[in-house]
Amino acid sequence: MNIWEIIIISLIKILIIVVMLLLTVAYSVYFERKISAWVQNRVGPNRVGWLGLLQPFADVFKLLFKEDIIPTAANKPLHTLAPFIALFVAFSTYAVIPLGPPVELFGYKINLVVADVNIGILYVLALTSLGVYGITFAGWSSGSKYSLLGGIRSSAQMISYEVSMGFSIAGVLLMSQSLSPVKIVEAQHGWMWNAILQPIGFITFVVSAFAETNRLPFDLPEAEPELVGGYHTEYSSFKFAGFFLAEYANMAIASALIVTLYLGGWQVPYIEKLGLSYTLTTIIQIASMFLKIGALLFFFIWVRWSIPRFRYDQLMSLGWKVMFPLALVNIIWVAALIMIFNL
Amino acid sequence: MLTEFGKIFIFILLAAIFVIITLFISKFVRPNRPTKEKYLTYECGENPQGSPWVQFNIRFYVVALIFLIFDVEVVLLFPWALAYQEYGIYGFVVGLIFLLVLGLGMAYEWRKGDLEWARPQPKPPKLDEILKTKS
Repeated sequence: MNIWEIIIISLIKILIIVVMLLLTVAYSVYFERKISAWVQNRVGPNRVGWLGLLQPFADVFKLLFKEDIIPTAANKPLHTLAPFIALFVAFSTYAVIPLGPPVELFGYKINLVVADVNIGILYVLALTSLGVYGITFAGWSSGSKYSLLGGIRSSAQMISYEVSMGFSIAGVLLMSQSLSPVKIVEAQHGWMWNAILQPIGFITFVVSAFAETNRLPFDLPEAEPELVGGYHTEYSSFKFAGFFLAEYANMAIASALIVTLYLGGWQVPYIEKLGLSYTLTTIIQIASMFLKIGALLFFFIWVRWSIPRFRYDQLMSLGWKVMFPLALVNIIWVAALIMIFNL
Repeated sequence: MLTEFGKIFIFILLAAIFVIITLFISKFVRPNRPTKEKYLTYECGENPQGSPWVQFNIRFYVVALIFLIFDVEVVLLFPWALAYQEYGIYGFVVGLIFLLVLGLGMAYEWRKGDLEWARPQPKPPKLDEILKTKS
């Protein structure tokens, strides 16, 4: 393969991933509204298109045609920069998540991941930490008390749960002995899923993922009864849409990461023993990846509409006094497991 | 030869361009009719009072400091986790000692009360006290 073929293949993969991501985000907004309607025994959006399926596009166009307001008290450069950071971070994390096993198409051997870097997990951690800046800038630069409180709460919450997230990931690295997401998925063959081998780490990671994405029950940064809109109180038009899209894109990333690290990625247990053809096996594996991500997205939405919000001191004590020690226990557990069973 | 990091660079570049285009495209279609009231900071319909940059709790700084310490420990733990299976029981003991020291630090923070947040402490009225004040 010469360099142009590699670049063209990469561009096609990037295009497919970006389009898929946008569709996932658009339809998770739609399903958020539909599922909340089912939970509350309502109908939900059903006017735009068949069953309201065109609703996300109507929302986007509505926001596109709205006036953009920057308050005179705001710090203009940072106020404009914040949604860029939030959206940019949410999009660029997808580069390292493998969606399926390597496939052969038109004579080319193609990895179903944009870039198989050997430090993929560090890349994801670094970018998700950058996400804190978007929200903190938004909160500080708006020149509004609600925004400031929301931004500060959010940064404290995100850094608190980042610690337990990092410690849970250390447990996964102990099993896979690699930072590359592709290798981590390959290490979870058969029933060796990390969620089964280290249930404590799985729970701490999922809870931290909820806190990192600012989803209910951890949505204190935008707790609407006390802080109006939190850090995006002063945002309107497409900048608001930027934060909105970033929140759902982060949710999709969190689901993809949970699947990659703990639920075996594209692996289906014992599928090679069924004696199916190569093409069919590959298709089933890719489909299982999307099915797992979809199930987790549903779980995110389900939890949001079932569980009330934490108080701030409960949130902090859950992060530091429960999740952090549990993550430490998980590391020792995994280390002992490897030592005893020689995995 | 394009390395894997080159592909990441292309992805990041495309993501940045995509984000900038989507956020600027609305500039050409949206209305712009500024008024003084519209550009006021939102404060439940009242005129904003005082500086928007209010004082906030010192605990947020303490949490940031604790985070800094423990996040460095995470960074130190990753190389150990990656080389763990090569070192056998020796690696296990070293990791255990490291985690023990870390746990001691955590216990110290906990004992000092740096993890406590002011929680609401409601005092429900007690029946015998009410009766005492009445009589």
